[in-house]
Amino acid sequence: MEGQIRIALAGNPNSGKTTLFNKLTGANQFVGNWPGVTVEKKEGKLIVDKEVVLTDLPGIYSLSPYTLEEVVARNYLMEEKPDAILNIVDATNLERNLYLTTQLTELGIPVVVALNMMDLVKKAGDHINVKELSRQLGCKIVEISALKGDGVREAAESAIEAAKSGKTIPQHSFSGPVEHALAHIEEVTVHDLPEEKQRWYAIKLFERDEKVVEALKLSAETKAHIEKDIAAAEQEMDDDAESIITNERYVYIGQMLKGIYKKKGTGKLSVSDKIDRIVTNRWLALPIFAVVMFLVYALSMGKSIADGGISIGTWLTDLTNDVLGGAWLQDGSRAILESWGAAPWLVGLISDGILAGVGAVLGFVPQMLVLFLMLCLLEDCGYMARIAFIMDRIFRRFGLSGKSFIPMLVGTGCGIPGVMASRTIENERDRRMTIMTTTFMPCGAKMPIIGLIAGALFGGSTWIAVSAYFIGVAAIVLSGIMLKKTKIFAGDPAPFVMELPAYHLPAWGNVLRGTWERGWSFIKRAGTVIVVSSIVIWFLTSFGVVNGHFGMVESLYEDEEIVTNEYVAAVADRMDIPEEEVEPMDDSILARVAQPVSVVFRPLGFGDWKPTAATVTGLVAKEEVVANFGIMYAYDDNDGEEELEENGDQIWDRVAEDFNAFSNGHGKLAAFTFMIFNLLCAPCFAAIGAIKREMNSRKWTWFAIAYQCGFAWVAAFIVWQIGRVFTGGMSIVGLILALLMLGFVLWMLFRPYKESQKLTVQ
Amino acid sequence: MKTLRDVKVGDTVKVVKLHGEGAVKRRIMDMGITKGVEVFVRKLAPLGDPVEVNVRGYELSIRKADAQMIEVE
Repeated sequence: MEGQIRIALAGNPNSGKTTLFNKLTGANQFVGNWPGVTVEKKEGKLIVDKEVVLTDLPGIYSLSPYTLEEVVARNYLMEEKPDAILNIVDATNLERNLYLTTQLTELGIPVVVALNMMDLVKKAGDHINVKELSRQLGCKIVEISALKGDGVREAAESAIEAAKSGKTIPQHSFSGPVEHALAHIEEVTVHDLPEEKQRWYAIKLFERDEKVVEALKLSAETKAHIEKDIAAAEQEMDDDAESIITNERYVYIGQMLKGIYKKKGTGKLSVSDKIDRIVTNRWLALPIFAVVMFLVYALSMGKSIADGGISIGTWLTDLTNDVLGGAWLQDGSRAILESWGAAPWLVGLISDGILAGVGAVLGFVPQMLVLFLMLCLLEDCGYMARIAFIMDRIFRRFGLSGKSFIPMLVGTGCGIPGVMASRTIENERDRRMTIMTTTFMPCGAKMPIIGLIAGALFGGSTWIAVSAYFIGVAAIVLSGIMLKKTKIFAGDPAPFVMELPAYHLPAWGNVLRGTWERGWSFIKRAGTVIVVSSIVIWFLTSFGVVNGHFGMVESLYEDEEIVTNEYVAAVADRMDIPEEEVEPMDDSILARVAQPVSVVFRPLGFGDWKPTAATVTGLVAKEEVVANFGIMYAYDDNDGEEELEENGDQIWDRVAEDFNAFSNGHGKLAAFTFMIFNLLCAPCFAAIGAIKREMNSRKWTWFAIAYQCGFAWVAAFIVWQIGRVFTGGMSIVGLILALLMLGFVLWMLFRPYKESQKLTVQ
Repeated sequence: MKTLRDVKVGDTVKVVKLHGEGAVKRRIMDMGITKGVEVFVRKLAPLGDPVEVNVRGYELSIRKADAQMIEVE
């Protein structure tokens, strides 16, 4: 926007940047994503001056080209050219924070330093000569306490002033040989750029920063020319150019701080150190971790308080579902619409299609808010980094992060918050991998499917449920190992050098805001997806062609002129069921489509229209699978029978009989592959919506869904084909194909690979 | 060559040189582990990897495989 002042907020992670941003902008925030990547972007208008837009850059340690966050921040600073940079610096961690400052001041953009947590420095008895530091850095420093709000206003005003004056500040210098090379590079490559930008480009060229070399489009001749200068400096300093620059920055900071930073140096353990001695203790760490995870799970998704558990989340969700979703939205709207004399199809669309979908989404919200609240707390107090520290050893083997544990655990309750919990993972590769694999965990809604299969064909054996979890974990592990070796994932490096921030009491403002942001983004994104898809599925199950007439099947079946006895006989014949079991739904589009689609599942053993239709409706919500079996196996709870149990108790016999019939006696195996496919294939639409939200890319969302369905299909195929070797009736072609697939999977698992060192993201 | 990987928990060492190249090396240096800096090895993660070190006044977690690239006195 013309004439508007734009200020970028930059700083290390854990420096109080979020707190400062919230204090500066209040409620005037816009949260989104940086284009094409999963990094969150926040912008807001300053409270002190609504004309000023503050952009919150990702928390970074450096402006290297190697991590996604750093590239995002760099591109913004270089291409969007904000009028000033407000650099928040954690005074308790001065050396490493100033390392970023030395890079920001080279950009040719005015910098103001907000020196945070000075109160803690003073409390520790240390002393920082702020005046002298400001002189040496060449930029204004404002002492602040982001948490208490002290000095925040002054920092904002100073940044605005700096933006208006537009003056760039003097820069520090490197050692002789480096400066010599830099002067040469500036002369031959960038002397036609604005003066204040030259130094940054020269330094980047000296570092052989590929992204900058590319952007400048230097001729081969020039490249060769500056390469000589760089090589000469490298020879003299006995190190590579990039390391020389990094090293010299720290040397410069060390020398500068000598007279400025006086430490009392008592060497006493701080409170944070004492906490950490216990929390990440060799023996106590794992039990404490288990307790924390149990609490997170039990409070948000565990047993409801009403049922003697401790979960506030489940209790609120049950309440919302029963009252808001079922009673008010669905039944209430139906009553109102019917009293208005609305057409039956309209009542169906609004009450059973749209509002039932909305209700399903809203029902999850309380559980999610409780969960997100706890995740935000863990993050804010510093424990989240310790989780990565504790679990890294296990998870990195599968190309995942130690923090992937939380999404997986949450995923056993519900995949949606599981996917969303992946947001705490820093590395984009790990995050994408986690998003793709989290929904392999059997979620709460898949339990009835397991119950149905175990009950109908395996005599209620608990081993089926155990195997479901085993299959879920195995799918995650196998996918992790295979995917990390593929081109799209092997591209990005995963250096695991992580700061373990000091523990501190959570800042409630940040925690509540973070909780709400995540909750709201769920309602928005998952909401739209599930509403649209509920309408589609409602349409597919409610409409169809009955004896040449198109319309709502329920109403058409009431017309005896259309549904003649001959017609019922024809349907019964087509569906291979007795005449008295013919239902309106047998003529729905879904049933018609399921018949040809079931071909896809034939090689998996359950190529019949009923399990196919159930699988398709499972996309709306996995609970629908069993409910649908109820309808298809003609269980009618209006007939004076009691309501169908969650696990389909009453239809077990019919399911078993049918599975045995269409699989030629391999009912158990077919039921098992049906369960495998339904556990691993694409999750429900709401979870797909969450995947789309977190991936922030259509391409990646489709890739994730296609991978999940493909993996599920292959897994079920292998089990069905090889399984029949033991149950008899194997198919030679199928067996050969299954063995080939198995061989491919094994090859993917064991082929060697090398982790790349380059970042592929632009 | 002695590396950070070989240092016992509770010891403080001085960094002599960083080996390796590219992203991992740059990241380690960005975090403040550079030539001449003192590193205190605080503890090992419960499962034996990574290690927690104190450098330039803050706590850092680093994998043993990466610690091997850091030559110390």
